[in-house]
Amino acid sequence: MPRGYAGKYLEVDLTKGKTQDTTIDEGTLEAFFGGRGLGAKILWDRIGDRWAEVDPLGPDNILLALTGPMTGIYPGGRICVTGKSPVSNGTIGSTASTEFAHELRTAGYDGVIVTGRASSPVYILVTEEGGEIRDAGHLWGTMGEDTLKILNKEVSEELTKRKPNVGLWKEPGMIYVGPAGENMVRNAGVMTKLCHAAGYGGYGSVMGSKNLKAIVAKGRGRLPDVWAPEAVKLLWRKAHEELIARDSFRRQGTGYGGWSTGATLSSEPVRNWQEEWHDERTFGGPMFETRFWVKKYWTDFNCTCNCMKLSCIPSGRWAGDITDNPDYELQSYLGTNFGVFDPADNIHLSALVDNLGHHAIGAGNAAAFAAELYQRGILTEEDLGFKLEWGGAEAFDRLLRMMAFREGIGDVLAEGTYRAAKKIGEIKGVDCMPYVVHVKGIEVGAHGTRSDHDFLAHDISYAVNVQGGDHTSAASDGFRELSGAVFSDSGVICSFARTPQHIIFGLAKAITGYPITIDSWRRVTGPRIVTLQRALLLLGGPDVTWTPVVDDENPPRFYEPLPSGPWKGRTTDRGLVERKRLAYFETLGWDERGIPRTETLKRLGLEDLEPSMEGFRE
Amino acid sequence: MKPIWIVRDYEECTGCRRCELACSLHHEGWFWPEASRVRVFMPFPGVEVPHLCAQCDDYPCVNACPTDALSVDEDTTAVLMDEEKCIGCSKCIEACPGSVPILHPETGKAAICDLCGGDPECVKVCHEARYDALRLVEEGMSKNRKLFSRHPIDVARDLAVKFFGEKGEEVI
Repeated sequence: MPRGYAGKYLEVDLTKGKTQDTTIDEGTLEAFFGGRGLGAKILWDRIGDRWAEVDPLGPDNILLALTGPMTGIYPGGRICVTGKSPVSNGTIGSTASTEFAHELRTAGYDGVIVTGRASSPVYILVTEEGGEIRDAGHLWGTMGEDTLKILNKEVSEELTKRKPNVGLWKEPGMIYVGPAGENMVRNAGVMTKLCHAAGYGGYGSVMGSKNLKAIVAKGRGRLPDVWAPEAVKLLWRKAHEELIARDSFRRQGTGYGGWSTGATLSSEPVRNWQEEWHDERTFGGPMFETRFWVKKYWTDFNCTCNCMKLSCIPSGRWAGDITDNPDYELQSYLGTNFGVFDPADNIHLSALVDNLGHHAIGAGNAAAFAAELYQRGILTEEDLGFKLEWGGAEAFDRLLRMMAFREGIGDVLAEGTYRAAKKIGEIKGVDCMPYVVHVKGIEVGAHGTRSDHDFLAHDISYAVNVQGGDHTSAASDGFRELSGAVFSDSGVICSFARTPQHIIFGLAKAITGYPITIDSWRRVTGPRIVTLQRALLLLGGPDVTWTPVVDDENPPRFYEPLPSGPWKGRTTDRGLVERKRLAYFETLGWDERGIPRTETLKRLGLEDLEPSMEGFRE
Repeated sequence: MKPIWIVRDYEECTGCRRCELACSLHHEGWFWPEASRVRVFMPFPGVEVPHLCAQCDDYPCVNACPTDALSVDEDTTAVLMDEEKCIGCSKCIEACPGSVPILHPETGKAAICDLCGGDPECVKVCHEARYDALRLVEEGMSKNRKLFSRHPIDVARDLAVKFFGEKGEEVI
């Protein structure tokens, strides 16, 4: 058996109501590792030539919840949720930190493969005894917090009933959807732990389309055996030493970013990206920390990086709202991008979005897009039923609920910003595309490119990214990100729990015994994964397909000059984007339009993609 | 050696569960959270309760053991378990006011914190990470110890109110 893997995957056919264990051959595991890479491979193997016809929200799509060989052992274990994305129509390796991941592994499974569609709401329970499909009628319609509370209690009681004498049963781990996922809000998140989400890709709506409310796991076994246990133990300690030494990150997480990113890097979305700078000190870290952080050092299983801050609103109209941080993305997308600069409003909107099961970046982007249309008079009070002004937290609260339950204009916005813009454009006879901040349908993360000072995003970060606007997977040079995000998402570990690469890759090798190096990921495994993802993205469909080069582009807004701040007037350089895009394609062995070349497919062991790619070449 | 005890400051626990990993590395040789003698319960996100033996002054578990598998370490005051004698009857779990012991997932024998012979691994990793939710003190036997032998869900309910105020009353 390959080392570092629990050794089996749970296959669940919701149409037939059957579960069974399955294995994946070692060659495939070594070639695609886990999570994002393995997910793309499983999808291609099973969907293949039918890719363009398969409706991501239909029973033919496959939902995958996968760990990787690093999960639970390297600090900060995550689950990777993937499938054909209803947002990009390609695949996104969408990850979230959660105890579900190691519970799955200690129950003896590396992942869950869900096919078909249940006739009524269900959830899947995974234990050492195997998988079972259980009724979720009583959970359908519940908000995230209630889902979590009910399942924690119900599953613990059930397991206690089955094995009453072994001592207290601890709560299980789980991933679930809120009303947004149930109602197939196209970009809905897969939620976990109240305020964590596998947001990008819209896999919450895929779960909803399958009538699948949650996947719950409880294991009592060991984490998988590894190839070199003594080396793993040493490197595990070393990795934690590195994380523990990162003092300011541990104190602040990304919860200081709301003010400081805008003020110092000028790359933060403000009022639907009309600006990327603000100097609203009311939104500074200490204003969150002093009043709202009730647990300053909060973290997930086997992690000492402490990016999380448990927040609770102690009093006032939103008393009792609980969330994490909010982190930088949510401070931006549910704060500055709404023109909201009040920490309590921001915490409330974050808790609301978590509870509804929205992907905060996606839903925040779509709601702010609507607000800009309102600002421009394209959408009116009549269309919405209320005034949608910048800074109006109650109005955004209302809109986000309407989106989750698909009421009124919310039904249109629930299709995600790109598709909503097309529809509103048709109805109103106005081109709304200039105000859509997306790449390949994926709403762009809160890191602008115009100032060129963000720590992450420059020029082609999103334009050529096989995961579109996903900032966690931003493209750089077709090289570095392959041993970075592509590896982390396949491993499946957290990219915040970053340690020097020799530790990460030392662990990867010690865990699996595979001859893994940074270089092997930059030259072979990484290119194999992104080339496969690129091919699936090009195949796209059925409702939208992307045109090479034309759609390998930044949102129009990123070419408008910044209207304010220290880099006022600056914008993204179109010529540079073109040159970098070409260089990126070239580095990965794709032609000048980004179509993987025949010899590249051959070199990476992806020959079976050749017939599908032929038609794209000119 | 002086008697020792592990202080638990629940609100300092971050939920990293390295105590579980360190404990299982020491006792089992590998990462095995559910075989750990300290387990962190999290019945609601953010409300984390490290759950481990409190070494009660009257040792109800030791007294309840029908096979004399349990005894008290005279140096550390820890409960010691003799694998040969344990029959996995769960009487110790029933007798414990906090339901702390577990039956080992593989052997089916009772597993209880033995204070690692005087230098507990859980305390070391917790201190290393500068949380000190678990701290070692040199402290003689005390009646107060037994107050910490509580059901983790009861502890979590109190903790939730401490963190979330009135809202905390309804989360667990």
